[in-house]
Amino acid sequence: MTYGPARALPGDQIKITTNPDTEPFWEAAKAHKLTACQCGDCGKFRMPPTPVCPECGSRKKEWPTLPGTATVFSYVICNKNPKNGEDYIYVPIVVDLDGAPGARLNANLTGCDAEDAAIGMKLSVDWMPIQDGWVLPNFRKI
Amino acid sequence: MPWSHQDKTAIVGIGATDYYVRGKSWPRTINDMAAEAIMNACADAGISHKQIDGFAYYSTAGAGYLDKFDTASLMETLGMPHITYSATLTSGGGGCPGAIGLATAGLMNEDCTYTVTLMALQQLPQHRLGVVFGASAPNPENSFLQPSGLVGPGHLMSMLTRRHMHLYGTKPEALKEIVQATRANTHNRPKAVRQNPLSDEEYWGSPMLADPLRRLDFCLETDGAVAVITTTMDRAKDCRHKPAVVHACAHGGQREWGRAFAWMGMPDPHFASSGHKFTADRIWAQSGLTAKDMDVALIYDHFSPMVLMQLEDYGFCERGEGSDYVLSGKIRYDAATGGKVNGGIPVNTHGGNLNEMKRTSSA
Repeated sequence: MTYGPARALPGDQIKITTNPDTEPFWEAAKAHKLTACQCGDCGKFRMPPTPVCPECGSRKKEWPTLPGTATVFSYVICNKNPKNGEDYIYVPIVVDLDGAPGARLNANLTGCDAEDAAIGMKLSVDWMPIQDGWVLPNFRKI
Repeated sequence: MPWSHQDKTAIVGIGATDYYVRGKSWPRTINDMAAEAIMNACADAGISHKQIDGFAYYSTAGAGYLDKFDTASLMETLGMPHITYSATLTSGGGGCPGAIGLATAGLMNEDCTYTVTLMALQQLPQHRLGVVFGASAPNPENSFLQPSGLVGPGHLMSMLTRRHMHLYGTKPEALKEIVQATRANTHNRPKAVRQNPLSDEEYWGSPMLADPLRRLDFCLETDGAVAVITTTMDRAKDCRHKPAVVHACAHGGQREWGRAFAWMGMPDPHFASSGHKFTADRIWAQSGLTAKDMDVALIYDHFSPMVLMQLEDYGFCERGEGSDYVLSGKIRYDAATGGKVNGGIPVNTHGGNLNEMKRTSSA
C-alpha cells in the first residue's frame, strides 16, 4: 500500500503526566538529552523508569545521556488522528535505544514514507514540544 | 503435578442476554442485563438464582470499560439472601477462564456453594474502548506509550503482529484464513452477529485500520451479558445437565511478558507471542494432557493474529509455524464428521469474538 510521508502526531494534542520515578527522564528531554533509567548498582537499564531495579533490587538510579540513536524493533502504520479521527498518516514505532541495552521507547517515525518503514531501520532522536512545556522524543530515519 | 482440585468442581449452567451491536443495548442497564444472564444461567443449571452465594469475577470485576460490578448491588437486585464469597481476578478479559479457578477456590474452601462468573458489556458512545484510552491524560506509566498514538488495542496487537511477520514470515493470508475458518462455524449459531460466509474479496477489501491489521481482523464490539454457574461435583450431580467438569485451571504470567503491549519491552521471542506460554505449560502440567489430546480449542480471538500466536503458545504447533499451520486448513471444523481437518484442531467452533459476539472486557 502507498501511504506517503510518515508524520509525527501534533505536539499540541499530546499530554503526559509524570511522577518522581519518571520525572528525571522528562526533565532530561526538556534539555534535549535522551536518557534511560539505569540501575546505580548493577548497571542494568529499564524503561519506563520504575522505583526498584528488577534485577538486583537496588533503589539507586543513574540517568546517563545516551547517543540519541536507536533501531526500529517493530512498527504499525496508522491512518487516523486518534484525537479527531481525521486522515493522518503516522507510524508508531517501538525502538531499541543505543547505549541502553534492554531499554525501549515508543515513539513516532519521521523522515520517510510510511510504507518504507522497516524493522532494523536506524534512527536519530527528534524533539517534539508537547503540552505543558514538556518535550517528547520522536525518531527520524538517518 | 496434577491440580489439587482436579475434577472436583463443574460448570453446570450458562446464560446470556441477546447480543446487541455496540451501543444498541440501551435503554437496558448493566444490572438489568447482568440479572437476566444470571437468571438464565441458573435456570439452565436447574437452581434458583437465590441459591447463588458466590461471585468470581475477572477483569477486576469490570462491567464494560468504565463500569464495575458491585456484588451488593446485584444481591439487592436479585434478592439473594446472603453472599459468602466475592472475589475477582485482576488484569483484563484474557483472564476470563481463570475466574473458574477462582470460583473453585471459593467452593473448595467451603466458602460458598454455587458461584456465578459474569460479564456485561455496554459501549455507549462515551464508553468506547479507544475513546476511553485516548480521552484523558495518560498516567505516568502510559505516558511512555500513549503519546505515540498507540491508543487502541488494535494498534497494540498490530505491533506484535508486525514482529511475528518479520521473525517468521507470517503471511496476511493466514490472518484471512483465521477469520474465514471461524466465520464458517456461525451458520448454525442463531444469535451470531455475522452468519454469512466470508469471501476473499470481502476480507481483502476490509479497510486497513492499523497496518498490518484490517477491520475484519478486529473482533466484534457487542453489548450484552453472559453468566456461568460453577459448583461442587456432588451438587453438580443434581443439576439439569451433564456437568462440564473442571479438570484444570490456571492463571498468571511471567516477567518477560510483563505489562506486555502496554509496555512493549518484551524480549524476543516473547514479544511476538500471545504471552500465554507460561500459563499454557502450567495447564498442561496440571491436567496431565497436551495439545494433541484436545478435540477442540476455544481461543481468545480479540484479534485474528492472537489466535495464531496462541496456537503456538499452547503447543498446537511450534513457535513460528502458526502461519503454515493455519494455511494448511488445520483450524477448520469438519461439520460432516464433527472432527478435525488434516490432523489439526477445530478452533472456535462457535464463531468466536470475531464472528459471533464479543464476550469479554479486554485490553
